[in-house]
Amino acid sequence: MHRLPDFKIPAACGTAGILDRTGRRFNSEDVVRAMSVMRERGNGLGAGFVVYGIYPEHAEEYALHIMAMDQAGLDRLREYLPTALEVVHDEEIPTRPTPTIHDEPVLWRFFVRVPEKRLVGVEPRDERDYLVSTIMFINQEVEGAYVASSGKNMGVFKGVGYPEPIAEFYRLEEYLGHLWVSHTRFPTNTGGWWGGAHPFDVLEWSIVHNGELSSYGVNKRYVESNGYPCTLFTDSEVISYMFDLLCRRHKLSIEMACLAMACPEWEDIDREPDLTRKHLLTLMRQTYAGALLNGPFAVIAGYDGGMVGFCDRLKLRPLAAAIKGDRSYLASEEAAIWAVDGEPEESWPIDAGKPVVFTLEEEKVASLAHSC
Amino acid sequence: MKRIYTKEEYCIGCRLCEIYCIFEHSGHQTLVKAFRDEENLPEPAVMVEEEGPISFALQCRHCEDAPCVAACIAGAMTRDPETGVVHHDAEKCVGCWSCVMMCPFGGIHIDLEEGKVVSKCDLCGEEGIPACVLHCPNEALVYE
Amino acid sequence: MPLSLIPAEFNVQRDADLCIECGVCTRQCAHGCQNIDPEDGSVSSDEKLCVGCQRCVTLCPTGALQVVQRAEQGRYHAVWNTGARRAIARQAESGGMLLTGMGADKPFPLYWDRLFLNASQVTNPSIDPLREPMELRTFLGAKPDKIEFDQQGKPLTKLSPQLELEIPVIFSAMSYGSISLSAAMSLARAAAESGTYFNTGEGGLHRSLAQYGSNAIVQVASGRFGVTPAYLENSAAVEIKIGQGAKPGIGGHLPGEKVSADVSATRMIPQGADAISPAPHHDIYSIEDLKQLIYALKEATGYSKPISVKIAAVHNVVPIASGAVRAGADIVAMDGVRGGSGATPTMIRDNVGIPIELALGAVDAQLRKDGIRHRASLVVAGGFRNSADVMKAIALGADAVYIGTAALIGLGCHMCQKCYTGKCTWGIATQDPYLTKRLNPEIGVRRLKNLLRAWGLEMKEMLGGMGMNSIDSLRGNREMLRGIDMTEQELEILGVLPAGR
Repeated sequence: MHRLPDFKIPAACGTAGILDRTGRRFNSEDVVRAMSVMRERGNGLGAGFVVYGIYPEHAEEYALHIMAMDQAGLDRLREYLPTALEVVHDEEIPTRPTPTIHDEPVLWRFFVRVPEKRLVGVEPRDERDYLVSTIMFINQEVEGAYVASSGKNMGVFKGVGYPEPIAEFYRLEEYLGHLWVSHTRFPTNTGGWWGGAHPFDVLEWSIVHNGELSSYGVNKRYVESNGYPCTLFTDSEVISYMFDLLCRRHKLSIEMACLAMACPEWEDIDREPDLTRKHLLTLMRQTYAGALLNGPFAVIAGYDGGMVGFCDRLKLRPLAAAIKGDRSYLASEEAAIWAVDGEPEESWPIDAGKPVVFTLEEEKVASLAHSC
Repeated sequence: MKRIYTKEEYCIGCRLCEIYCIFEHSGHQTLVKAFRDEENLPEPAVMVEEEGPISFALQCRHCEDAPCVAACIAGAMTRDPETGVVHHDAEKCVGCWSCVMMCPFGGIHIDLEEGKVVSKCDLCGEEGIPACVLHCPNEALVYE
Repeated sequence: MPLSLIPAEFNVQRDADLCIECGVCTRQCAHGCQNIDPEDGSVSSDEKLCVGCQRCVTLCPTGALQVVQRAEQGRYHAVWNTGARRAIARQAESGGMLLTGMGADKPFPLYWDRLFLNASQVTNPSIDPLREPMELRTFLGAKPDKIEFDQQGKPLTKLSPQLELEIPVIFSAMSYGSISLSAAMSLARAAAESGTYFNTGEGGLHRSLAQYGSNAIVQVASGRFGVTPAYLENSAAVEIKIGQGAKPGIGGHLPGEKVSADVSATRMIPQGADAISPAPHHDIYSIEDLKQLIYALKEATGYSKPISVKIAAVHNVVPIASGAVRAGADIVAMDGVRGGSGATPTMIRDNVGIPIELALGAVDAQLRKDGIRHRASLVVAGGFRNSADVMKAIALGADAVYIGTAALIGLGCHMCQKCYTGKCTWGIATQDPYLTKRLNPEIGVRRLKNLLRAWGLEMKEMLGGMGMNSIDSLRGNREMLRGIDMTEQELEILGVLPAGR
C-alpha cells in the first residue's frame, strides 16, 4: 500500500447510489452494473463502495473497517483499540485474488462498543463524539492504520482499481444491503493510495463526490476548528466531517445541512419575497460561511436513513436522480440508472444547490421486518 | 439657454480658466505658442475675482434683458433671439464704453490702448463646452 | 538667524521653453516655494521650501515643471546618507521630535508581494464574473457557532448586530481635524453610496456628516473627543481605539493650528488648542478594563451595534487580539507597521510594530485553534495598495480591510508626508479655507466610488479565476496562496506553502 499523500490531489469522478426505500436488501450486482457504464469517468486509480444494512448480526456495534499499511500497523492498532473501545468481535475482511488489484493493505474489521466508563468525565457525554475523536486519534497517531468506515451496520470497501475488480476483490456479491453507493475516480496524479479512494466515512455518514472544492482551504479550517483534523487532503473527507458536524452535533436537518453547504446566492436571497425564509437564509449564510462549499461538486451522501444528492450552486458537475418502484437512484449519468433497471418511472437532473433526499420509508421497513 | 455657472466654494483661484480663455481665442494650436505671441495675446473674457480664500471666475452672464445691448449706441452689441447669446461685433464698436458702464457684473473688458471693447465671453463659439469650464481643475465652473 | 544646514530635498526643474509665466504654480504652492516677481511677473522657485507635493507640477498647464527628489548630496556614505544627515540637521535646528505623516516609507518586506494567488485550470473550472453572480458581500460582527431551531423549524438563534458590506473594504479612521471636511464628506458619501463604511477617527462626527451615521464606525479613543450619546447612537458600529500602526504605544496630537472653529465644535475643545489624546486610555490599564468599556458601550447603545477594538500589530498581538475577542469585541481591527497617520513621530512610525501580514497570519490561526474565530471579525489595516493585497489578506483570514492611504491617494494625495503641517496643497489634510476648497467633494465622492468599484471588479475577476463565486470561500483559504522569497518560519507563520509545493 502506498503512503498517505501530504498534499491535495484533484480528481474527477463517476458516482452512483441505489436505495431500496422499503429496506429490502440486495447484493452488489446492480450498483456494479451502474458503474460499468461510467468507465470513462475513472482511470483505475481508485474506486469504492459503501453499503448499509450488511451487519444485522452486529447492528448495535460500530463496525470499524481498517486499512493497515502492514501487519505491524494492524498490531499497533490491536494494541491501542482495547484501551479506548470494547472490541466485541473482529475478523479479516474476506477478499479474493483479483487480476489488476495489487498492493492491497491489510484489511480488518472490528465490531466495537464504547464502554460506559470511557465517558466518565468526558464533556459532552456523548459516545459518538468520543468515537469520532477516537477515530481521529487512530488516523493521526496510530502509525500505519486508517479507519475506512465506522458506522453501525454498514461498511466501506475501497481500493486502487476500477469498480468491477474492486467489487470482485472484496467479494461484494456476498453482501446484502438496502443502500449501495459507489464511486470511480480519476485522480490527476500517478499512483493511487487505497485510503484515498472514495467513499469517505465518519460514523454513519459516507460521502462520494465528483468535484474539486475551490473552498477546500476554508472548509478544512472550519471543520478543523470544530475538532475534525483533516488527514487525507480530500474534499470528501471534509464533506463527511461537515455532515457529521452539522447533522449530528449541530442537530440540523439534512435539508438545513445541505442549505448550509450550498446556500442560495445573495442575489436570490435579496429577491426572496417570504421574509421568514429570507431571514433564515441570511442567518444561515452569516453563520455557516465556513461551511459553504464552492467550486464544482456533485455529492452523494449516504446515511443510516437514506441518501442525499446535491450539487454546487452553479451546477458545474452532473447528478441525476430517478425513482422506479421501491427504488431510488442517484448517478453521475442517467444512463447508469437505466443500466440497472431499465427506464425509470421518474427521472430528473438535480437542480443547482437543491438537495434531493431519499429516505427509508419507515412503515414499509417495519412491515418488511415483520414479514421476514 | 445653457450658461456658465460658477461654484464659488470650489474655486481655487488658480486662474487656469483665464489662461485657457486666452488660448482659445488666440488662434494658436498650442498654449505655449499662444503665450509667446505677445503682440496678439488676447485679453481673457473670464476674470477670477479673489479676496483671501474667497474667489470665483466671472464672465458675461448673457442676460435675457441685457442692459449692454440696450446701451450700445453703435449696434455692436446684439442678442441672438434664437440662442440667447449676447454677441459683440468689434467692427461696429466705436469704443463709447456705455456697455461697460451698464454691465452689472463687470463681464465686459476694455482695451486701454485701442480704446475699444476687447473681450467679452462668446461661450467659445457656442460649440461644445467652453474652454474655461473644460479646464477648470475643480469643477468650480459648470456649463448647464 | 544662522544659516540652515538642512539639505534641500527636491529639485524644482522649470523648462524655460515651456513656461509661460502664467503663475498657476505660485498660486498653488502653499509652502512658499514657488514665487512670482511683482516687478516683472517672472516666476522662480526656492527649492529649500519644496516638500515635493507635486501640486504645481500637476496644475501647470504646459507641463513645464518637474519636481524630483535630489540624488545623494555630497560624498557618498552608505550609512550616513543624506536622509540620515537631514534628519539630524532638522533636529539640531529645532530641538524637537521628527514628525511626519502617512505610513512608514522604509523598504520593509512587503509580504503581499511575496504571496501569489491561485487560479483554476482544468480540474475545476474558473467562473466567469460576467455570467455568474460574484459575491463580495461580507458581514462583520460576532457569529453564533451554530443555529438552533424550534419544533416548527423556526430558528431560535439570534444573530448579534452585524455590519453589512457590499465590498470588504472600509475607509479607515481619519478624523475630521486631521483631514478636511471635504475629505471627510467624500469618504462618508462614497462609503454610503458604495455599501460600505467610513470611520470617524477620534474627531467626532461633524454635523454635516450626521446624515451618513448609518455608514459610520465611530471611534472612542483615549481623548474621548466628540463622544456624546448622540454620537454613539448615530453610528453603525463603535470602535475603541487602543492603538494605531503608525504610532503604537503613543497618543495622538492634533496641532492647535488645525483646530478651527468647526473642528473645535465637533471635538468639543477650545478653538486653537492642541488636541492631545493620551497614550493609554486612562480607564483601561488591563484586559478586564477593556471588557468593561466594551460592555459600557454595548449598554450605552442597547446592544444594537457591533463593538470593534482597534489595536496596533505589535509583538504579542496574538494574545492581545485573543484577549479582545474574549473580552467581548465583535470586531478586532489590527493596524500593521506600515499603517498611516496624519501626524506621528518618525522614529515611532518607522521602528515600532510588526507587519500586518504576519500579525494576521498568527492571530487568525490562533483564534481558529482556540475555536473562537467566529466570535469576532478581523479587519486589517496598514498599507493596502490594491485589490490583490485585499484578496491576499482575506485568503490569510481577514474579514475585511481598512484603507486609508489608498483612499487619500484616490482623492489626490501625492504622499509628500507633510500632513502634520496642516498645509496640504491637495485640500485633504488641512483646515486652511484657502486649501480645503481644492477638494471638491463631488469629485472626491466620484473618485472614491470609482476606486471601490474598480477594486471590486478586480476582486470578482480573481475570485472567479480561483473557481469561486463567493468571498466566503476565500476567507482563511490559505490553500489559495503560495509564497516565495520567505524563510520556512515566515511561511509557517503565514500558514502557506512555498510556490511549487
